[in-house]
Amino acid sequence: METLYVVCVGVMTFCGVFLCLRGRTFSVVVGLTMLSYAVNLFLFSSGRLNLNGAAILGMSESYADPLPQALVLTAIVIGFAMIAFVVILSIRARADLGNDLVDGRDPPDTDKLVKPIRSKL
Amino acid sequence: MELSEFMSLFWITAIMLLGVTVPLVTERFGRTANTVFTMLPPAIALAYIASLIPTVLAGNVITESLEWIPAVGLTLSMRLDGLALMFAILILGIGLLIILYARYYLSEREAAGRFFAYLLLFMTAMLSIVLSNNVLQLWMAWEVTSISSFLLISFWSSKSESRKGARMALTVTGAGGLALLAGLLIIADIAGSYELGAILASGDAIRDHALYPIALILVLLGAFTKSAQFPFHFWLPHAMAAPTPVSAYLHSATMVKAGIFLLARFYPILSGTELWFLIVTMTGLITLLLGAYVALFKHDLKGLLAYSTVSHLGLIVLLLGLDTELATVAALFHIMNHAVFKASLFMAAGIIDHESGTRDMRKLNGLWRYMPYTATLAMVAAASMAGVPLFNGFLSKEMFFAESLHQETLGFLSWMIPVLATLAGVFAVAYSLRFIHDVFFNGEPVNLPKIPHEPPRYMKIPVEVLVALCLLVGIFPAFMIGSLLEAAATSVLMKELPYYSLAIWHGFNIPLLMSVIAIVGGVLVYTYRRHLYSFQAQFKETDAKLVFEGVMQKIVAFSAKFDEGLNNGSLQRYVALLLLFTIVITAIPLINLDVAAAHLPDQPVTFVEIVAGVILCLSAIATVIYHRKRMIALITLSVVGLIVSVAFARFSAPDLALTQLAVEVVTVILLMLALYFLPQKTIAESSPSRVVRDLGIAAAVGGVVATINYAFITQPLDSISEFFLANSKTGGGGTNAVNVILVDFRGLDTLGEILVLGIAAFGIFKLLTGVKLAMPTANYKGIPWSEDRHPPILTVISQSLLPLALLVSFYIFLRGHNMPGGGFIAGLITSVALIQQYIAHGVDWIKPRLKVNYQSLIAWGVLIATFTGIGSWFFGRPFMTTWFDYFDIPFIGEIELASALVFDLGVYLTVVGATLLILASLGKLTSVHRPVAEE
Repeated sequence: METLYVVCVGVMTFCGVFLCLRGRTFSVVVGLTMLSYAVNLFLFSSGRLNLNGAAILGMSESYADPLPQALVLTAIVIGFAMIAFVVILSIRARADLGNDLVDGRDPPDTDKLVKPIRSKL
Repeated sequence: MELSEFMSLFWITAIMLLGVTVPLVTERFGRTANTVFTMLPPAIALAYIASLIPTVLAGNVITESLEWIPAVGLTLSMRLDGLALMFAILILGIGLLIILYARYYLSEREAAGRFFAYLLLFMTAMLSIVLSNNVLQLWMAWEVTSISSFLLISFWSSKSESRKGARMALTVTGAGGLALLAGLLIIADIAGSYELGAILASGDAIRDHALYPIALILVLLGAFTKSAQFPFHFWLPHAMAAPTPVSAYLHSATMVKAGIFLLARFYPILSGTELWFLIVTMTGLITLLLGAYVALFKHDLKGLLAYSTVSHLGLIVLLLGLDTELATVAALFHIMNHAVFKASLFMAAGIIDHESGTRDMRKLNGLWRYMPYTATLAMVAAASMAGVPLFNGFLSKEMFFAESLHQETLGFLSWMIPVLATLAGVFAVAYSLRFIHDVFFNGEPVNLPKIPHEPPRYMKIPVEVLVALCLLVGIFPAFMIGSLLEAAATSVLMKELPYYSLAIWHGFNIPLLMSVIAIVGGVLVYTYRRHLYSFQAQFKETDAKLVFEGVMQKIVAFSAKFDEGLNNGSLQRYVALLLLFTIVITAIPLINLDVAAAHLPDQPVTFVEIVAGVILCLSAIATVIYHRKRMIALITLSVVGLIVSVAFARFSAPDLALTQLAVEVVTVILLMLALYFLPQKTIAESSPSRVVRDLGIAAAVGGVVATINYAFITQPLDSISEFFLANSKTGGGGTNAVNVILVDFRGLDTLGEILVLGIAAFGIFKLLTGVKLAMPTANYKGIPWSEDRHPPILTVISQSLLPLALLVSFYIFLRGHNMPGGGFIAGLITSVALIQQYIAHGVDWIKPRLKVNYQSLIAWGVLIATFTGIGSWFFGRPFMTTWFDYFDIPFIGEIELASALVFDLGVYLTVVGATLLILASLGKLTSVHRPVAEE
């Protein structure tokens, strides 16, 4: 089961990272969401994989490690807040810059755009 | 009164450092008062040092130390031995004379207070170098001298040459300082201590160490840059853009001697090897000759003196390199002599400049008639510089000649050292002669800006004192400085000194002959200088300043290009580079990880789990494949999220499963809302090579993460959670350990988390304020959006579901302490229930019915959570101690009330407020209720 678990984590990380490297904001947001799933599962598994051992006193014989669970619980909520922030940031960026590119400009124009801005600084 | 009873060496630096503010404060009392007050701190320090002279001369080394950060082995430590004493007297004594001189040198319009403050800062740093007993402390002070030198050279900051000269000096000496730091760290590492005492005692260990050559070269780089040795000598002549008191003090008498001090200080541990001899001797010899030769051709008075200083510094370095005991004595002797005669010559040059308006020797002629007194003083000092008998420079120079004869290290080429030394002597006599003859005789002045005259009375005093010293030391050497020199030499050589005699007359011998050759040769060279000048005129003069600036600009251009390559403003590139770097630093330890380390076997896997895993992987991959069709990607993404929450439930984490489920719902709603404002489709624009690169990076990261994950989940668990499980009920009053950790054991973390949540929500609100977006009226295929905004079925069902959903969330909230649930989950469920109303009815319907300000909700939540924590203070408990008790309520039975519940309420309110603020603000963008900036 551990092997299956880490394969899933690996595949999700792979997909998340690939999407994070895309050039459009929405893909990056989806990638970040995927990555946060992977990270949460990764952190959670530091308490090992336990079946039927919820950390409720008196409910089972042996308990799963409650500490990673508590950490991951807050991580899920904070992760949502961060993703929401990135989403809104990309909406704002689209409103202000007129496109939804991560870099805020079209790739082919890189050289033309960067240099004049730099020289002004 | 014994001064030493009240003071310690630390007071010297403390008084000097405080003294830095004195000139700034006393500037308003007029120039003379300002000068007097400025002289007080160094005078006190000098008096204290003077009171210690008998102790040090008796052969004692005074050390004092203060624990600073004992945990990392840092101490402040001071040391006064013969070498430090000699330098401290030079620094303070000449420093006092310089302050007096500067009073008359600076004009009334100039900021004398600032100048004196810089000067005292430099003096403090220089004293700290020589008195330091800790190499890190020494280095620190070393850097401060570089900085104060920069400030002093650029004192006339309106002049371009001042700025350039200052920058050059700082760059060269600063770079050398870094090399020195590296060298000192190596040495301290070998010796096992930063204390000078311990380091000086481990000379053999250092010389035998494999890193000795590197340490030596690094320390020498520091010393040679500071002491303007070839090929780093070029900064010193350009530092002459400084006011003349600075040139006299820093760039001839003291700061440039710091490098030599360093060589002398580390002489016991670094010298005595072939490498030391070769590098130090050759550098000294080249610098000696080059400086002496170039000095002859300088038309600027200060330029001549600057190259002469370079030459004399080379001489001292050469002596230290010769590595015989008497050569070291001669080196120390010449440090003192050079400081005295060169400072007085600089001051004389400053007087000439001040009173005649130029330093150009082609214009300055025949000044003898206008300022005979100054001329006499200058002549005595110049004679000393030339090495004429009866003056102090003669004595050390003769010792130098004598020692240059006793060399065998160059084998059959050893004869070159005395010959070249004599040649340098010839040039020294020639440029000294030029300094005197060109300026004071040689016809009439040419177009001087001012009519020259004698300077104010007190401006001459510092020169007089120094010139008197030249004579006194020159005639009664043993009486004047015999014992001081002996103490200094003993502390450098760290053993009994060999016999030597400080006297003018040693009989007819070869050194005397060399002196005679030098003087006669010098006079001849000067007499026939025209031929030499015309020869020299054939060379194209290179301006070190231009070369230096050119090199600097090249370095800056290269850095800019390098920076452009890395930091080109493309977020995609940053992410890729960051990930590549992460792969490298995480993969290396994995390669070294022992595969055969104890692993637990895999638990058995069931069919359902396999199916879930396959669906998860397929959905994740489908998200990647269809990421350009955004709606489909969102659906597959939500499948992944659902399976993750199922996985949490499967692996005994019901709280996580509930949270993940609720967050999943909220996230999908959020992303769908976002899709409305973002383009519906992504154009395929990544080049195939880019896709391959990204696939490679992603696969590597995924592989590494999975490997690390596998490596630790198959290890036996050794957790600190036993504590939480054991104390959850008794200490926190709840049976749900996860919730007790959140609201009790790690309550402070949770408080931080909800604060972050609140901040994120406010940030989002702010970002959405005033955003202007074009609202699409149709989807990307051109099909218009449905007019039926709020389907009746959804409206009716959601409305009737609302009370139920709120009830569920209330239940989940209450039971959270003992069963899966709690503030986070309840908050999310409430949010989902309310968002459903927004979706079903629209903002216009909700607005008048739900009069809740989400911003205040967040604020209340955070406040409640914080005050629950603070509440425990009133019961004399630490922050966030939980109180709980059990109550028997009729009809309901026994219930538990815990302060943690109130804390959880804060969490609940923050989560509801934040989630709704985020989603509602986004949703409201399409309506008239959108966030607007309020003035």
